[in-house]
Amino acid sequence: MTVSVSLTVNGEAVSADVESRTLLVQMLRENLGLTGTHVGCDTSQCGACVVHVNGDSVKACTLLAVQAEGADIKTIEGVADGDTLHPMQQAFHENHGLQCGFCTPGMIMSALDLVKNNPAPSEKEIREWLEGNLCRCTGYHNIVKSIDAGAAAMRG
Amino acid sequence: MYNFEYKKAGSVDEAAGIVGADDEAKLLAGGMTYIPTLKQRLAAPTTVVDIGGIGGLDGIAVDGNGVTIGAMARHAAVAASTDVAAAIPALADLASHIGDPQVRNRGTLGGSVANNDPAADYPAALVGLGATVQTNKRTIAADEFFTGLFETALGQDEVVTSVSFPRAGKAAYMKFPNPASRYAIVGVFAAQAADGVRVAVTGAGPCVFRVGEMEAALAANWSADSVANIKVSADGMNEDIHASAEYRAHLVTVMAKRAVAKAG
Repeated sequence: MTVSVSLTVNGEAVSADVESRTLLVQMLRENLGLTGTHVGCDTSQCGACVVHVNGDSVKACTLLAVQAEGADIKTIEGVADGDTLHPMQQAFHENHGLQCGFCTPGMIMSALDLVKNNPAPSEKEIREWLEGNLCRCTGYHNIVKSIDAGAAAMRG
Repeated sequence: MYNFEYKKAGSVDEAAGIVGADDEAKLLAGGMTYIPTLKQRLAAPTTVVDIGGIGGLDGIAVDGNGVTIGAMARHAAVAASTDVAAAIPALADLASHIGDPQVRNRGTLGGSVANNDPAADYPAALVGLGATVQTNKRTIAADEFFTGLFETALGQDEVVTSVSFPRAGKAAYMKFPNPASRYAIVGVFAAQAADGVRVAVTGAGPCVFRVGEMEAALAANWSADSVANIKVSADGMNEDIHASAEYRAHLVTVMAKRAVAKAG
């Protein structure tokens, strides 16, 4: 069964005809060409596919595209201001918060959801929040430092 | 994932009508368990009926008796609710440790209890507090609701609409989580519930269960020492790569002790 799905993605109205079973992450990557959102484990554990749906971070591999009908979606492509990195992205850059970079889009989308509700998270709170984001390179230490620095930069 | 027909229900009655007319149709709430199930081709529904958009099903109301939470309330909303934290802090605490933040942003109370995953957290809270499940047809006591592995007392055309949790005295939930999924390898909810002491165990067996011997010991003396020497049998316990049946049986006692200690 094919369904028409209309979304607002990074501020732009988009629509596509997809199968009922199409996942949001598939629609983003394959129909809309937004390949910054990654598919890692495809079992809702690794968090490489985290995007914001109506402001909340969710795993786009565990959501049907049609479930998001009418929703406001933000992906990693919508975070920077043109060529100027978002303070959270800049913090990852400056603190060596990535090595291979595969998990980074999900890490940043997850971090932004944390900071939305908790502008000054403690190290413990950052580490607990990252339960749903796996990194196989960094051992997390620099990711935690990056989020701490990014949160501080966002507070101004 | 096999393909299916997708329908978005506008009301509980509409959803119940669709699944009532087709045994192979299935309700979809937050989808945190059901979509992975579909992806593994463990289910092949003809129709998936999305009830996530039905209005008025996600409320949280507190009164003198306790807390009533709508079936489509997200775990994150329950965890963040100051009303729930004030009335039954152990319930808000349990919700705050389900899965990870992204799972809590999508997963729902109704979906969790209707699915009755043997390792889900909420069944322990329902049985541990003596909650009642409200459906579109009737009220079901938690003790009668969870009937087996992924099995509940729900009929095919029955939809969970809310769950009422009575206030409790001292209460706490402790789990030994799977480090990847945060599902309970073993979780124990211990409470001085409205109708007496309850000890409910999830993760260990095919379905949430109570430990009568621990309840009697805690009713006589509410302290972690009271349950420290009460063992449960490993017979029939779950067994997988994460934990043997014997280890799960051992963890029941450990988590019960920790839950009672945490409750104070």
